[in-house]
Amino acid sequence: MKTSKVDKKTYYRGVAMVPYDLLKEVAFAMIGVLAFVLILSAVLSSPDVPSVTLQSWSKADPVDFLTTASGELSGSTVVASYGPPYNSGSGSVQSWGPLNLQQWAGVHIPINAPYDFVLEPLTQTTAGDATLASALTAYEGASGSQQQKWLANYTTGLSTATLAADGTVTVPSGDYGPVSVLMDRMLTLARSGGLDALLLTSDHFFQTDFSRPLLFLDDGGYIADLATQQKLDGDDWGVMNETGRYPGQAWLWLYTMWYQIPPFNSDTGFLGISAANTDLAVVGVMLLLTALLLLVPFIPGLRDIPRWIPIHKLIWRGHYAEMRRQAAAGDPKAP
Amino acid sequence: MSDDAASGAADQATQPLADDETGWTASVRRRVEKTLPISELLPTKQPAYVGSFWVVLSGVVLAFFGSAWWHVSSIGHFFNSIHFWSVQMFFIFMVLHLWGQFWGAGWRDGRAKTWMVGVVIFTVSIGTAFTGYVIQQNFDSQWIAINAKDAINSTGVGGLFNALNFGQMYGLHVMLFPIGVTLLVVLHVIQVRAKGVVRPIDDPMQATP
Amino acid sequence: MNAPAPYIHWGFILISLPNFILICVMILLFVLALVMPFPHHRPKEHRDE
Repeated sequence: MKTSKVDKKTYYRGVAMVPYDLLKEVAFAMIGVLAFVLILSAVLSSPDVPSVTLQSWSKADPVDFLTTASGELSGSTVVASYGPPYNSGSGSVQSWGPLNLQQWAGVHIPINAPYDFVLEPLTQTTAGDATLASALTAYEGASGSQQQKWLANYTTGLSTATLAADGTVTVPSGDYGPVSVLMDRMLTLARSGGLDALLLTSDHFFQTDFSRPLLFLDDGGYIADLATQQKLDGDDWGVMNETGRYPGQAWLWLYTMWYQIPPFNSDTGFLGISAANTDLAVVGVMLLLTALLLLVPFIPGLRDIPRWIPIHKLIWRGHYAEMRRQAAAGDPKAP
Repeated sequence: MSDDAASGAADQATQPLADDETGWTASVRRRVEKTLPISELLPTKQPAYVGSFWVVLSGVVLAFFGSAWWHVSSIGHFFNSIHFWSVQMFFIFMVLHLWGQFWGAGWRDGRAKTWMVGVVIFTVSIGTAFTGYVIQQNFDSQWIAINAKDAINSTGVGGLFNALNFGQMYGLHVMLFPIGVTLLVVLHVIQVRAKGVVRPIDDPMQATP
Repeated sequence: MNAPAPYIHWGFILISLPNFILICVMILLFVLALVMPFPHHRPKEHRDE
């Protein structure tokens, strides 16, 4: 690339120079786009769908809330058996052949679902609630298999639970042990807003890490249903979309496109890529494509595309016309 | 200070570097003066073929939005709206700029590094946008964060970069990412000004006058 | 603006109308930038700087 060492005078030899006010153009561009943005803001505003809370969730869909809470207690939710960085499960660990970055990274945001989401918050609210205190003692004193039996019965009972007008849930009688008290208190705690606070603040007053409440929400069906209504599901190219009628992130079209096609979304794999490791596969593909984009100047073929598809003839048509004119006139400066 | 010494100091400030002046400062000054004299930083003439004006315009618009608009406070929906629409404008012009540079093969004649810095700016901008989306503190933020976490976790980076950690995402979005984008854009503009705009394709630089 | 957006479903492609409009506008801007004459002084002949 000898030309990189050539000075500008030589590089631009034969090229006409014209006056050009760079700062004026900067100013006009800024003012122009500013005006456009102000108009759009005034006329169209911006999206702002209010957030979901554990409180709003437990009020809007108490059965789904209780299904999730009991699932956390039994350790059967997605987060409970997720794997790193939350715990030592493997339910959501993605790998590609021998490459298991997620496992190798280890646990750094420890989440023990039954304890963090249910037992710990409930333990903090036993003041003045002897029933809850004894239910907790009974549950924690029981064997693991007994606990699971109660919880399995409770899940069955939930499927035929009735919803009262005041938002409380009545589960048909069954052998739930202390679980029914624990779940009843979870619902009350959530409806009062206390669960949002307890999951967030743990033992710090000031807190900015919403991992726990968000993971709890993620395990439920409520927030996912709301997202489906807004076409924000991954299967609906949701990564590109915005709530309402606002434009979203059109520039993420290629990232989300892979999620829609086999083998990324199929159970039968190809080259080790399948629905079991879609995220990892897509990230890998996009890293590769980004590397290719970065290295375009050095990749034969790729770097020749602008020459083969001559849009440049439009970009610089004035210059090419001038060069042809000079050549026709027998100008010694012409190439 | 005597008059002689005062005028001597004033003379020194306006004189070019003497050949025997050494040191880090002198070396950097020499390098800068050679690569980017003030006449190139703010040229008053441009090659006539800077015809596709959006190449310069889009770069200029990016410089504007990249370092200024994200500062806009979120107090008030109107300011939130300005931020939302200016991000849309930012990406629109950046992608148009990318299209133009690709079809004009702007990496030619020793400008590969300028292209590469541009691609890095693009990817860092996406990161900036992502951290911005998850700190909106609305439904969108929640949904984006809980979905993105799976992709991030799959790469093993989830313990370090936690989309559910508002404090971390906020600090990254408001300070660290914009500093990165700004520095990269400044570098990118300096690269363009140092070398000048690329010549048209199939218009080889003439070796003889 | 908070009502659900209309969607365009074409094969496996599913794109919201706002996004689609935005992409069309971008293509239009690009084409315009290619074909519209640039407002500058006509170049003087054979001038080296």
